[in-house]
Amino acid sequence: MMALVSREFHMFNAAGKSFLYLVPSAAIFALDEATSAVLRVVSESKSGEDAVVASLANRFEPDVVRAAIGELTEVRAIGYEHQPEAVVPRMLPMMPFPLNTMVLNVTNQCNLACTYCYEYGEDKIVDTAHGKQAKFMTEETARESVDFLLRESGRLAHMTFFGGETLLNFPVLQSTIAYARRRAADEGKEIDFSLTTNATLLRPDIIEFLAENRVGVTISIDGPREMQDKFRVFHNGAGSYDVVAPKIKELLRRHRSRPIGARVTLTSDTLDITRIYKHLTEEIGFWEVGFAPVTTSPQQHYAIGEQGFDRMLDQFRRLAREFTDHVAENRHHGFSNVKDTLEEIHKGVSKAYPCGAGLGLLGVSTDGDVALCHRFAGSDAHKFGTVRDGIDRGAQSAFLEQHHIADKTDCSKCWARPLCSGGCYHEAHVRYGSTGHPNLHYCEWIRGWTETCLEIYGELSERNPEFLARFDREEAKAEAAI
Amino acid sequence: MPHLKAINKKAHRIVDAVAETKKDVVALQQGPPQQPPHFPLGCSLVFSPGWEADQTGGTAGLCQPVERDIFDCHVGCFWPAQVPDQLNHSPDWTAKCASAQKDWRKLDLVFPG
Repeated sequence: MMALVSREFHMFNAAGKSFLYLVPSAAIFALDEATSAVLRVVSESKSGEDAVVASLANRFEPDVVRAAIGELTEVRAIGYEHQPEAVVPRMLPMMPFPLNTMVLNVTNQCNLACTYCYEYGEDKIVDTAHGKQAKFMTEETARESVDFLLRESGRLAHMTFFGGETLLNFPVLQSTIAYARRRAADEGKEIDFSLTTNATLLRPDIIEFLAENRVGVTISIDGPREMQDKFRVFHNGAGSYDVVAPKIKELLRRHRSRPIGARVTLTSDTLDITRIYKHLTEEIGFWEVGFAPVTTSPQQHYAIGEQGFDRMLDQFRRLAREFTDHVAENRHHGFSNVKDTLEEIHKGVSKAYPCGAGLGLLGVSTDGDVALCHRFAGSDAHKFGTVRDGIDRGAQSAFLEQHHIADKTDCSKCWARPLCSGGCYHEAHVRYGSTGHPNLHYCEWIRGWTETCLEIYGELSERNPEFLARFDREEAKAEAAI
Repeated sequence: MPHLKAINKKAHRIVDAVAETKKDVVALQQGPPQQPPHFPLGCSLVFSPGWEADQTGGTAGLCQPVERDIFDCHVGCFWPAQVPDQLNHSPDWTAKCASAQKDWRKLDLVFPG
């Protein structure tokens, strides 16, 4: 008997329909009654084609069941037991891979002393206070970094300024943007700029400069006063809310050339996501808000425990519900975590690596050392060359060789791996001491959240397919630019 | 696919890929999908005997005359069958022929020995 067995997939329901998410292709199909029924029978126990037809004889004609089996086999949702499962080749990216985004750590100093910060707290990788690194990037190193980026990039290059507190080194930032524009024009390349800041140092002239130069701005902020002041404090322990709130409002009023987003760090003490979102959008006026759980070793008191992740998922889901209802009626909603994931689901992204770090994205330390990403800037163990000597291709290849999803055994049976691919390298390094370790502490949360995003995707494919089609147009525009 | 409806972009690509595998063999068949004929210009990368005219109707674009691309033909092309085996048996075959365009008459016949 040629028995049918189920291959890897995840079924979900949305808008009263059943959908199929295939792994590892990341394709999504809507199921009809016949295909749903066949999948159920085959999932429960392996059975031959005739047995499947017989068990569904009271509901469907034999021809219908056979056709459904045929289609499910073709898309590899099910297969014959004696035929080996198609193995996905373990392919490494073509080298040299163009550098798309360079994150420039213009300083490793900060005027805040946020308790949970990965850069200065107990989980730090690089000693920025007493280490060998320069505390501020010089104008010369910044220019060498620009030359490096334009050497390694394709037609389009993104430059992100980061810290420490980025605006502590505003003079270098200012001159570097002018230099980068000139050099990009010489090379016939397009370049754009963004930065992340804690907003404490925003002044009218800085705001004016950012608006005029179309610099994308992300503000690190944790929510209303009592949440912001719990961790985001000055060195003397004073909260920063009253300093930043008026400055951010001024920035939002003046800087209209790029959407300005808030980036919220979630801790065990600040998990009231709906309230944070409402405050940041309605009272402060942000266009978009993105949330990320704090990166920390588990023993810290602010680390989010298992129950915390459940609560966070519950809150994310509630806000996602609101997002779906807004978008279904073509109204804007600024919950950026959902939008980013929907775009990946729409394209059918199936990742070999969790993010672009070490591939299309690299970080640069104040000394001009090139690192895996900004979070590892200055770490000798995660160094990929220097802006002067270029990318160390040997180190880069070795990294990509060791971090491929095919080698993460823990992930090999997880249906969420096309989107997660093991999660953040830095998070893994802090938790498990190795960038190659999958982030097993938040698997349940990732699967829960991915499921929610799949449901939203399925629902929007019924209620507002035009919204999803926008991702195609954006992609076409981006490709035309490359 | 009447039972499965492709929703995201990857699903559409899979449907296309599956449809591709079901196509009939199209050789010698009339009507689409037929590729327009390939006219060699200079050298041909595929073995396609029978082309006696290039796309302008002349012969300048063909793999002849020999003085035009004798070296291309016996190094990188299917043509080596028709020239001596320079790697193994006739290493000096072109010794007197520094420039094929000028000296092609100096290329001699070779007899297997």
